[in-house]
Formats: sequence, C-alpha cells, structure tokens
Amino acid sequence: MENIRCQPSSLTRPDGSATFYEGDTTVVAAVYGPTEVKLSKEQIDKATVEVTFKPKQGLPGCAEKAKESMIRSTCESALLCMLHPRTAVNIVLQEMQDSGSLLSCCINAACQALMNAGVSMRFVVAAVSCVLDSEDQIVLFPELKQEQDAKAKMTFVFASNSNNVVLATSSGIISPKLFQKCLITSQEAGTKTFELYRDWLSKQN
Amino acid sequence: MKEAPLSSCERAFILGALAEKRRLDGRQAYDYRELRIGFGVDRGGCHVQIGETRVLAQVSCEVLVPRQTRPNEGMLYINLELSPMACPTFEPGKLSEVGVEVNRALERCVRDSSCIDLESLCIVSGEKVWQIRVDVHVLNHEGNIMDTACIAAITALAHFRRPDVTVCGEDVTIHTAEEKSLVPLTVNHMPLSVTFSFFEQGFV
Repeated sequence: MENIRCQPSSLTRPDGSATFYEGDTTVVAAVYGPTEVKLSKEQIDKATVEVTFKPKQGLPGCAEKAKESMIRSTCESALLCMLHPRTAVNIVLQEMQDSGSLLSCCINAACQALMNAGVSMRFVVAAVSCVLDSEDQIVLFPELKQEQDAKAKMTFVFASNSNNVVLATSSGIISPKLFQKCLITSQEAGTKTFELYRDWLSKQN
Repeated sequence: MKEAPLSSCERAFILGALAEKRRLDGRQAYDYRELRIGFGVDRGGCHVQIGETRVLAQVSCEVLVPRQTRPNEGMLYINLELSPMACPTFEPGKLSEVGVEVNRALERCVRDSSCIDLESLCIVSGEKVWQIRVDVHVLNHEGNIMDTACIAAITALAHFRRPDVTVCGEDVTIHTAEEKSLVPLTVNHMPLSVTFSFFEQGFV
C-alpha cells in the first residue's frame, strides 16, 4: 500500500487528469467532460461515458476493449450522468508502464482524473487487484511475475459510500470460500485506499 | 470535437506582439522551452517533455519474414498516435491531416535517414528478420509535436535492447534476457528536427 501514489493535474489540456502509480505500474488518465457528443451516441436523459484505453506498444486489441468496457461500466455507475443529459464524458487512459495490477491502476487513475475534472459523482471508487498464488496465499497488488504464476486473478472495485462491490472480475480456478476470503481482504485494502484519497485531497487544498 | 476558431482580436494581438519581437510566454525568437527526458522501467521506453508538450515512445521487436524486395534488411515501423487526451480535437482511430503529416515527417526523419542500420537486424536472409516497432503517443499538445516526437523516437531507439540470436546452420535460437544479455541496436547517428514558424510571408 505504501507504493500507491497519485499526481493530479499532470496534463494541461484536458479538463481533468491524473497519473496513478501502483508500484512501477503507471497509468495516465485524462477526462474531457461534460462536452459535445456525436448525434449517434447522444442520450437524451443522461451523459454518454466513453472510455479509450491505449496500450504502450502495439495496436489496441480485444484485451484493451474488454478493459474499456469494464472501466466504462464502473464510471457509469459512479458518475451522476442524469445531471448532464445529451453530453459526453470522454475518459482517455494511457498505459505508461505495466508491472502488474494494470486494471486496478486504470480504474483508480480514471477516478482521480474524474475528481480532478470536477464531474459530479455518486461515490468515488477504489480498485484492488488480488491474486491467489500456488500455495493458496492471497497477494494484493501483484507484480507481473506474481500475476503470471498465479492460480487465480481477481480485481474488485468498491464504492466509497457503502463499501459495496461495484465491479468484480476474475480469471482462473478458485473455490467460493477462498473467493469470499479474497473479497474481504480486498475490501480492507479498499478502505485504506479511500483514506489515502482523503489524505491526498486534503493536502491539495 | 471541432476546433475552436482563433478570434480575430487574438490573431491581431499575437501578430502585433511578434512585430515588436515579443512572444506570448516572454521568450525570444530563437529560445527553446525546457526539455526533459525520462526513461521507463522497460528498455526502449522514453518520455519527453518540451515545455508542457508530452510524448511517450516505446520500442518493441518481433521476428518476421522480410520484404521480398529487401531480403537482407530488417524492418522499422513507426506508428504515431495522436491520443485524444492530447487535444480535444484529436479523434481516436484514424489520424487527421496534421497527424498524417507528422507521421510521414517522423518516418522520413528516422527511417529514411538510415539512423538505424537495418542490415544488422537480419537473422536469416530471406526468412527471418527483426521488425522494430516504435509506438509514439502524444499525451499533451502545447505545440511543437514534431520536435518532441522526433526526440522521443530517437531516444527510445537508442535506449532499446533486443534479444540476442544465435544461428547454427538451420537452427535459430532467440535467447531470453536471463540466458544472454540484450543487444543494443546499431545507431549510426541521431537526427533531430527543429521547427520554425514564418509569419507575414517571412517578414517576421
């Protein structure tokens, strides 16, 4: 947990931006919004959330699209979209360095960028990555090697107001009992992350 | 998103200031902004900042079949991405006119100037060569993307190390980083671009 840092307003052009560090893993998030939306994507009762994730090397593929859809659904539940009908909130994420726990770093960066932009949110989110290694030990915020050797990988996203699960994604084989154990451990880490957020915001002001 | 047009009073102000040899941020005509270069954890990753313009470049390599017209040479592919985070007018996906221009200029600068020796990238003539791919991402657009992208691409290429290869008759073994230390690319020289702007048909 000590290796989690955030640098808000790292870019000058976007409405809100943040660089989120989880150990060596670094993601830069930029938010433009609420702003003009293409007629085809316009929704008459709420804002359209668009997420673009750009990997550091190569062209975006299926894995990137999957990440985008997970980040979009998380942000749609967190944002007060009904306040801004017929507009778009564009979130662009750039992977600067992937040393494990990339999805959780992306979601946290997106949340920080949305706070920096001042878009109204129902709650803020904290994402926690967790893996089950070969000895059934739970490891939080794994590194690349730990992720590759793991039996099962999970990412949980928690809401700040109720500590409920907003998003849960997993891959690999895991028993329901161990899954619950991982969930509870991640929830505790999520609470610590929210304390970090409050700390950072109070230091800014 | 459409670009906000420059108002005529803004245009008149900038031209008027230039006529008095003054720039908006107080620099002289030939002054450069502060240049900062940082490197990532991975080999071939580099982050360049000129003033507030930020560009990230990453080099990667792959073994592929060479072009039929050049069976002895490796391939160098440069991909410029004008990320929508850099400027609200940049659309994801297809490059705009400006993007295509900068991409082409980058290719001419890096590839056509033969700053990287492509023949050294050949493993087995006509069958296997290294393809070096440079992905340049523009993160923040505060002017002069061309120079920043060029510095980022060259620095990333100089920083990059590719895996070592041994050819024994028909067998080609690509060694991992743990087996044999990584090999740098052959960089002949470092081309750099400098951008000038002309106002009032060159009178300013």
